[in-house]
Amino acid sequence: MKAWLIARRELAGYLRTWSGYIILAVILALNGLFFNAYALGGASKRSAEVLSGFFYYSSGFTVVAALFISMRLLAEERQMGTLLLLYSSPVKDRDIVLGKFLAGLAFLALYILCTAYMPLLILVNGKVSLGHVSAGYLGLLLLGSASLAVGTFGSALSRNQLMAAITSAVMLVALILCWLVARITEQPLSEVFSALSLWNQHFPPFQSGLIHTRDVAYYLVVTYVALFAATRVVEARRWR
Amino acid sequence: MIQVEGLTKYYGEHAAIRDLAFTIGQGEVIGFLGLNGAGKSTTLKVLGCVLLPTSGRVVIDGHDVVGNPHEVRQRMGYLPDVPPLYDEMTVGEYLSYVAQLRGVAAKATSARVAEAEEKTDLRDVHGELISTLSHGFRQRVGVAQALVHKPALLILDEPTSGLDPRQIVEMRRVIRGLRGEHTVLVSSHILPEISQTCDRLLIIHQGTLVAQGTEDELARRMGGGGSIEVELRGDRARAVAVLQEFGAVEVERASEDMVALKLRASPDLRPRVAQALVGAGLELLRLDQGAGQLESIFLGLTHGQEARA
Repeated sequence: MKAWLIARRELAGYLRTWSGYIILAVILALNGLFFNAYALGGASKRSAEVLSGFFYYSSGFTVVAALFISMRLLAEERQMGTLLLLYSSPVKDRDIVLGKFLAGLAFLALYILCTAYMPLLILVNGKVSLGHVSAGYLGLLLLGSASLAVGTFGSALSRNQLMAAITSAVMLVALILCWLVARITEQPLSEVFSALSLWNQHFPPFQSGLIHTRDVAYYLVVTYVALFAATRVVEARRWR
Repeated sequence: MIQVEGLTKYYGEHAAIRDLAFTIGQGEVIGFLGLNGAGKSTTLKVLGCVLLPTSGRVVIDGHDVVGNPHEVRQRMGYLPDVPPLYDEMTVGEYLSYVAQLRGVAAKATSARVAEAEEKTDLRDVHGELISTLSHGFRQRVGVAQALVHKPALLILDEPTSGLDPRQIVEMRRVIRGLRGEHTVLVSSHILPEISQTCDRLLIIHQGTLVAQGTEDELARRMGGGGSIEVELRGDRARAVAVLQEFGAVEVERASEDMVALKLRASPDLRPRVAQALVGAGLELLRLDQGAGQLESIFLGLTHGQEARA
């Protein structure tokens, strides 16, 4: 499958150039600092609370990581002129988008995997339930996948990486801030906005170790819709 | 192989190409000639399925470019004006990737890559990172990626741009070597590169096709049968008298010990001209085919257009 081929090349590109590692290292360092200062800090807590705090801060950094990982996906190829190679080859639009997204997701998964030392630290000094950790990580992966898909869409729209990062950041912030809109609107609109919000209603259950179908479905739908939109953009841009 | 009818592309108000029409047969090597901004790249992008024409019809190998681009892309290799290379890959990896992207089976890939490297003289840099290659090599990798899947049609947009004279000679040899296996479209704004590699020329100026044909046909149409350049030592009047036997003569430069003349006559007459001059007791220093037979055709065509515009 062509999407797989594109994903493999893209991932190799991430692993061979500095930019990927720099993004990974910087965000990982910040994530660790926040974990140390806020999730661990203060009065003595129960392990489950610390773990919940870890997922709370990590969710924010996962969104940021997804943003920086996704910005180069299509915009960089456009900048370098290599997009013409994909466009002039017998490859379907959706394979281009899917390939790019999968490569980004694999790299994001690497980031998420790198955060595992923090729950391990908790395990060493306390008690951690495997279910709680798995639920939290599933949440991070789903949240990351949705953010990455939005970022892929932004990258498809933009001429260069900087524009891609800005466009995607605006979209992600708008999605996250939906819950603020929910507070000032009336029923039934407020419930719609509340349910639309990228974080507010859907992530906290994962954070405390609960997996709800509607939260999983929400992140998958966001991923699908954003990738679908990105495919449409590629389809339209391919001829320009 | 290619039929183009009424091809027009507008960028906003500005027409990059207007009402182009031409046909190209199987196995032909065609040169697209025009000044920068004449519409060469635009035309090749439409043929390469990366640009939607405003109007007109392009059929490649029986498939409409707009209606059925996927089929066309399978039969075509395209080198854009900037080679689409990934710097962090090696030449071999890159070519394998492109081959599979264009539908070569995994098993056949390494053989195809080797073949493409052979044709473009890239064997020695197979394992090198693309970022370390010189401009000439990068350009050849660009050609290699276009032909690695053995497409029926090869579209090369300015493959010789920015190359030094030695590299241009190599590139010309590479393109000549493609004859027979592929139909090739090469664009350039530099004439000698094209005249020596192509069967037929299409001359584009300000978005319209101003002439097409072989170099000789174009020369005949322009009413010029070529020219001969002569440099000699001796009596100028006598030299002019001798040369006038063959055609019109212009004195280009004259100094105490040297006269440079231009004779309007077919370059085929060179041996007889030389004999006549030597026979008349003149010291012949240089005798050459007039520079840029094609150049004068080209300038004539594009100049005339500008005067009319």
